[in-house]
Amino acid sequence: MEQATTPARTAEPFEPRLTRIGAVDAVALEARAADLAKRSIKRGSKLEALDLIVRMIDLTTLEGADTPGKVAALCAKAMRPDPVDTSVPSVAAVCIYPTLAGEARRRVDGSGVHVASVATAFPSGQSPIAIKVAEARAALELGADEVDMVMDRGAFLSGRHAEVFDQIVKVREACGPAHLKVILETGELGTYDAVRRASLLAMAAGADFIKTSTGKISPAATLPVTLCMLEAIRDVHVETGRVVGMKPAGGIRHSKQAIQYLCVLHETLGRDWLTPQRFRFGASSLLNDVLMQIRTQKTGVYESPDRFTVD
Amino acid sequence: MTDIEPRTDGGLEWTYAPAPESRAIVSFEERYGLYIGGETVEPRSGEWFTSISPASEEPLAEVAHAGPEDVDAAVGAARSGFATWSELRPAERAKYLFRIARIIQERSRELAVAESLDGGKPIKESRDVDLPLAAAHFFYHAGWADKLEYAFPNRRPQPLGVAAQIIPWNFPLLMLAWKVAPALACGNSVVLKPAETTPLTALLFADVCRQAELPAGAVNIITGDGSTGAELVRHAGIDKVAFTGSTEVGKAIQRELAGRGVPHTLELGGKAANIVFEDCALDQAIEGIVNGIYFNQGHVCCAGSRLLVQESILEPLLGKLRNRLSTLRLGDPLDKNTDIGAINSRAQLDRITELVASGEAEGAELYQPACELPERGFWFPPTVFTNVAQSFRIAQEEIFGPVLSVMTFRTPAEAVDKANNTAYGLSAGVWTEKGSRILWMADRLRAGVVWANTFNRFDPASPFGGYKESGFGREGGRHGLEAYLRFEG
Amino acid sequence: MSRLPVKKTYKLFIGGAFPRSESGRTFVVDGQNVALASRKDARDAVRAARGAFARWSGATAYNRGQVLYRLAEMMEARAADLAAVSGGRDEVERSIDRVVWYAGWADKLAQALGGANAVAGPYFNFTIPEPTGVVATLAPDEPPLEGLVSRILPALVSGNAVVTVASESSPLAAIELAEAAATSDMPGGALNILTGRKAELAPILAGHADVNAIDLTGANGDVAELERLAAGNVKRIVRGMPAGESLWEIEPLVEMKTVWHPVGV
Repeated sequence: MEQATTPARTAEPFEPRLTRIGAVDAVALEARAADLAKRSIKRGSKLEALDLIVRMIDLTTLEGADTPGKVAALCAKAMRPDPVDTSVPSVAAVCIYPTLAGEARRRVDGSGVHVASVATAFPSGQSPIAIKVAEARAALELGADEVDMVMDRGAFLSGRHAEVFDQIVKVREACGPAHLKVILETGELGTYDAVRRASLLAMAAGADFIKTSTGKISPAATLPVTLCMLEAIRDVHVETGRVVGMKPAGGIRHSKQAIQYLCVLHETLGRDWLTPQRFRFGASSLLNDVLMQIRTQKTGVYESPDRFTVD
Repeated sequence: MTDIEPRTDGGLEWTYAPAPESRAIVSFEERYGLYIGGETVEPRSGEWFTSISPASEEPLAEVAHAGPEDVDAAVGAARSGFATWSELRPAERAKYLFRIARIIQERSRELAVAESLDGGKPIKESRDVDLPLAAAHFFYHAGWADKLEYAFPNRRPQPLGVAAQIIPWNFPLLMLAWKVAPALACGNSVVLKPAETTPLTALLFADVCRQAELPAGAVNIITGDGSTGAELVRHAGIDKVAFTGSTEVGKAIQRELAGRGVPHTLELGGKAANIVFEDCALDQAIEGIVNGIYFNQGHVCCAGSRLLVQESILEPLLGKLRNRLSTLRLGDPLDKNTDIGAINSRAQLDRITELVASGEAEGAELYQPACELPERGFWFPPTVFTNVAQSFRIAQEEIFGPVLSVMTFRTPAEAVDKANNTAYGLSAGVWTEKGSRILWMADRLRAGVVWANTFNRFDPASPFGGYKESGFGREGGRHGLEAYLRFEG
Repeated sequence: MSRLPVKKTYKLFIGGAFPRSESGRTFVVDGQNVALASRKDARDAVRAARGAFARWSGATAYNRGQVLYRLAEMMEARAADLAAVSGGRDEVERSIDRVVWYAGWADKLAQALGGANAVAGPYFNFTIPEPTGVVATLAPDEPPLEGLVSRILPALVSGNAVVTVASESSPLAAIELAEAAATSDMPGGALNILTGRKAELAPILAGHADVNAIDLTGANGDVAELERLAAGNVKRIVRGMPAGESLWEIEPLVEMKTVWHPVGV
């Protein structure tokens, strides 16, 4: 989008022009999300939906106690989720801390599974910007091909929006062509108005994806907050043609919930967004529930968790 | 292998299941007599008519047509019923109403399916709106039955006697609840005339009354067409009339009652303005606009049928609105995914079609999303008209269908003038994030109900009714009790 | 062959559960051992009430009305048991109808006690009643069931959470009522019932800084001392009819909040 040139001696506003921020009515938003959650999809489509959900999962481990061994097991699961049924596809990515990116890269290289590393002082973001940028660069050097950064909520909530924007631009530059997700940590933002503003800010600064949560606090992803972010994505797309993806993370444990998220996605952005290129689930325990449902769809029998691997 | 390329077919084939609510939960009789004096009786008129499903045109049941003799019998039964009902201690009346509320809750799935079959509205609405509200109206009014002296201190409230009540086809069971609950709570007995095209949930309600062991004659239900209602209003033995329906019929009733000293309340038509300011929460305003005119296929007296948009956001709003219309699902009312059900009758469909044609003829621009209409049944796609002038018939007359007319304004004062520029005055909507403007607009809008940043919200505690030719009297809240009482103080 | 009945154990009702007194003490009523509540039980009950207050007051008025109507349903089912430990069938029927009467107020209080106020200026001004918070109630000793429901229902229907000391002479009816409450969908902690000595428990509740109002209708003993203790956190002091029904029994237990907003273009 071309920047209009302004006459000499006029002061440019520091903040870039954002898509109309406006406001979000919480009651109506939550009612709409609840209404969409009641949709039921065709039985024939259900198996395809479950398959798509697997392909959309960023299989995640983000613990202080993570080790190369833990990550090796995660990667094995990511590449081949179902020990018995090889028609079940791989997930989209594994999501780990930077120090484990190398191990992850060694394990999944060539399989098509991406390595997404968190960076920028995840989960708090409370670190000097130079360090945060350096961490993002290091994660990529160690083997990640996607970066999940955290937005600086301290700056955002104290009104320093230009600083928030600037930080994301710097991380964007450090990432080069690598895929960048910006985590808003919606559970800390307090209102949907703030979520919308943060979404528009992150997209204007160059995010490839906007993501709800670190998964470290509650509430994490919810249907209404996801709807709010998808509406912001839609407005940016209509206005500028830019395609930005979305990732709800944390708290999505059951297939039924994941399908509800796909309903919300489909109703808001249409079929073009029903692809791992534009939508991911940040999850860990969701995968086994989806695998159980897939097997139930295929065999007609309710499954037991014992028959799926714990990694 | 992860499929990381966008699929060439554009992604998953995403279709919603037909998710039909099971019809098996309700079973209609082949034939329903009149419910008079606690019994089901054959009509003395000897006449019957068929109630059909407007979605499929299939017959559902045969229903009695009450002629003048039947009306007379019903009023007589209501007279004796009143003697019994009004003699009960108020706390006992309260407990009967609580029972009815409970039974409606217990049978709400069955009643919701019956409502959708007989009237054509989506099961999502009958299940989530009509039925819960109907039960809530009985609960709410049960609590007033023994507290009337608090509602009207120092006035010594007394029941009127036999209340004649005529209700429309757009919310059949809910309108029954709005009428019957306060009438009974205030100690009156009732003769209820359901709409011709939607008698069935009223007849199931007769069974609810039986289950609740309601004293005979407290509630009487006479089915029939417009002539039955006219006969009821003419009857010398009624003490009160409550009518919800078209302004035209409301005026006829008011003329008939002139000079007779029979108190009456009328809840008539509307042509509500839904006013959207540039500083609204836009995506939620779109939901409110859609709900305002497409909820219940636009068969709503308080529907937001005139959209007044602040000119500065007209284009972005229309873009979002058209987009949202394309996601509305029209079809089988019993499918849980359906948003827009059937038009209630052939007659109503003809009226909508005629008015829409007039809109195009007068020069408005029509938009309808691509919509597959089922072969049988009565259907009309969601419709938006732009380039509408205030004088067009589509902006003046109540269409009572899924048809929205869009006009613009520049300032709040202009919005108020345009909104009030109608003989109607039932409801209005205001969309702005600025609190003081909400209150300023509410102050000036000549409408009985003002919805700010929401639309089509109803509650038994919230008084509902119109200004001007939308009728007089209120239903719900303490205010709604007044119509069913006389005062000795 | 005669059959040995399994006799009921009468315990306290705190937080939706039936614990024994933390002191382990009991006293005997009609050959029954009844839990003798201690100051620590009173403290726990207040904590449970405060914990439940947000949920109970945050429910819609309609929901509260339905829950209290269901309390009446559960009492009706236990009418025989309640009659055996109270004044009898008549008292039980009056009590059940009393509960139904108060339940019907839930969604009408705002209209009856609040409203818009015509202030002299371009402002919209309205007053709404809100529950005061945690209400401590000393139930009348007689009638043991009707007195209890007549005092706790006004507090509950308006959204307060209640800690009540039951009739000292006839405490069993209160615990029977507690069983009905426990099956009524009322959130645990909205109603808490202590059986024991008013002389021991009343001063604790009167002086407790996290209790917002104290109902002294059933107080016996040094009432002036209780009022002095209540002044410690400016408690609302309430006295009403021991077995009556009126909107004005509810009104002292709500706070009036008035809100202003400008009206302007």
